[in-house]
Amino acid sequence: MSAISLEKESLKSIKQVASHEDATSNVIAANDESAQLEIDSSAAKIKAAKKKKMSIAVNHRNNKTYAFFKVVLPPMFGILLFLGIWTLISHQNPVLPGPVSTWKSAVELFAHPFYINTMDDQGIGWNILASLKRVALGFGLAALVGIPLGFMIGRYEFMSRMCAPVIGLLRPVSPLAWLPLGLLVLKAAGPAAIWVIFVSSIWPMVINTAVGVSKVPEDYMNVAKVLNLSEWKIITKISFPYVMPYMMTGVRLSIGIAWLVIVAAEMLNGGAGIGFWLWDEYNASNYEHIIIAIFVVGIIGLVLEQTLIAIAKRFSYE
Amino acid sequence: MDTTTNTAISKVTDRYVYIEDVDMRFVTKKGVFEALKDINLSIKQGEFISLIGHSGCGKSTLLNLIAGLLEPSEGHLFCAGREIAAPGPERAVVFQNHSLLPWLTCAENVQLAVERVFGSESSVQQQLRTVAALELVGLSHAMDKRPNEISGGMKQRVGIARALAMEPKVLLLDEPFGALDALTRAGLQDELMKIMAKSGATAVMVTHDVDEAVLLSDRIVMMTNGPSAGIGEILDVNLARPRARLALAEDKDYNHLRSEVLRFLYERHAKKVA
Repeated sequence: MSAISLEKESLKSIKQVASHEDATSNVIAANDESAQLEIDSSAAKIKAAKKKKMSIAVNHRNNKTYAFFKVVLPPMFGILLFLGIWTLISHQNPVLPGPVSTWKSAVELFAHPFYINTMDDQGIGWNILASLKRVALGFGLAALVGIPLGFMIGRYEFMSRMCAPVIGLLRPVSPLAWLPLGLLVLKAAGPAAIWVIFVSSIWPMVINTAVGVSKVPEDYMNVAKVLNLSEWKIITKISFPYVMPYMMTGVRLSIGIAWLVIVAAEMLNGGAGIGFWLWDEYNASNYEHIIIAIFVVGIIGLVLEQTLIAIAKRFSYE
Repeated sequence: MDTTTNTAISKVTDRYVYIEDVDMRFVTKKGVFEALKDINLSIKQGEFISLIGHSGCGKSTLLNLIAGLLEPSEGHLFCAGREIAAPGPERAVVFQNHSLLPWLTCAENVQLAVERVFGSESSVQQQLRTVAALELVGLSHAMDKRPNEISGGMKQRVGIARALAMEPKVLLLDEPFGALDALTRAGLQDELMKIMAKSGATAVMVTHDVDEAVLLSDRIVMMTNGPSAGIGEILDVNLARPRARLALAEDKDYNHLRSEVLRFLYERHAKKVA
């Protein structure tokens, strides 16, 4: 994952937040309008308002059928096309399992997700949990360090100038480049994997938080000055609520990176985990399981992302 | 002995806000920009002053200097006999764009000011102050609403409530009604007049609305165009209070004052349209 695409991603998500704000303000405007209409006491106006509401309702129903064709159909079509191409390729190349055999294998696999035979032979559930635990640890540490650091960088120009060269230098480093260093210093595979996640997922949180803090509107800071608020009050009542959406974007990007990195780190590291499992199944020639692992990684990544988007929406105040 | 203390006191009340030889320069990318030059002004306690002038004449800069948000390049500013060094709650500001914190309710926004100034009081007393301030501006029904749930006029009223809740010595208003429609503006001007009569606070208001200036002020400070803007003329508004908008509309003195201001702005210091 290159720095440029990261930046694009973060821009995109900021835009998403912005467009979400637009949408809510439109809703609020609409509410205002209807409230205004209700206040008008003349009978004619009320009638007109009712008519307007009815026509909105009719439009809404039309929209539903329209939405089916526009919103539901295309993704279904996309999935079918994907399965079709997959089937086609697996017919051409018999080594690659097709959708049907993969499905059958998945049903078998997920019938007993939590068994333990040996350290290297555990149910897929345990492997997933092991990976999630690593990500949670590495990401949690990154948040613990990255968010306060971002606050300081955003709040004090000295800090910003001080940290800029180091961050600029370290951020573009490929995540796996950190692994040998981790192994060298920490002398164990488990902590080294967590170290890799920590060091590669910390940057979006630092940068997004810092950007948010530095963008706190001058007006709010003037309010703080006139009210003579303490530094603590400024952080809790002004900076933190304002920065929340930026921070959530950073957190979302960081979790995404952490989850991207985990598979690669585990492949190299061994032990338990979805990445290790994928590699192990390849060595054991269970090719269906490779594809299952890919889907599992994808689905968990998607769920993590959507959960964080949902949380971010709750924290947007506009 | 008595007479000297009396004169000392009257000096403080006559020069409640005192601006002495103030220059204000900004360092910009294009070089040094002199916004204000040789500003001298003294404001009596309880007086309502309007600063009027074309946009860019530095009237908001002057207000920010009194607020303590800016430091003058030259000269000194005093409030109640003490030099203004930093912003403080005794000089409350009503901002042009209300500047309410959108994640706090109206009551919480006011509370933020109350707890800073009256932190030593019990929380019940503080809440009473918050409620009283919102009641004063007629918003007790919207206490638990967020700023984005209320109209622009209501937001500005919360801004005024927040400023008044601090019981400031000086109320500074930066184009408080500039962003509102004419009818809402008129309503709020009337309310502000009543509130100011009740509280007796000193007020400085930046405006570019001639009617607003004449209606509300005891004196109108008319500023020349920038750069290096200064005070062009000061107009005394000797209209009896309480002032009624409708009655004044046909009042000879009112219209005379109004045309005085207009003449200053559009004849003697007309802004060149670039």
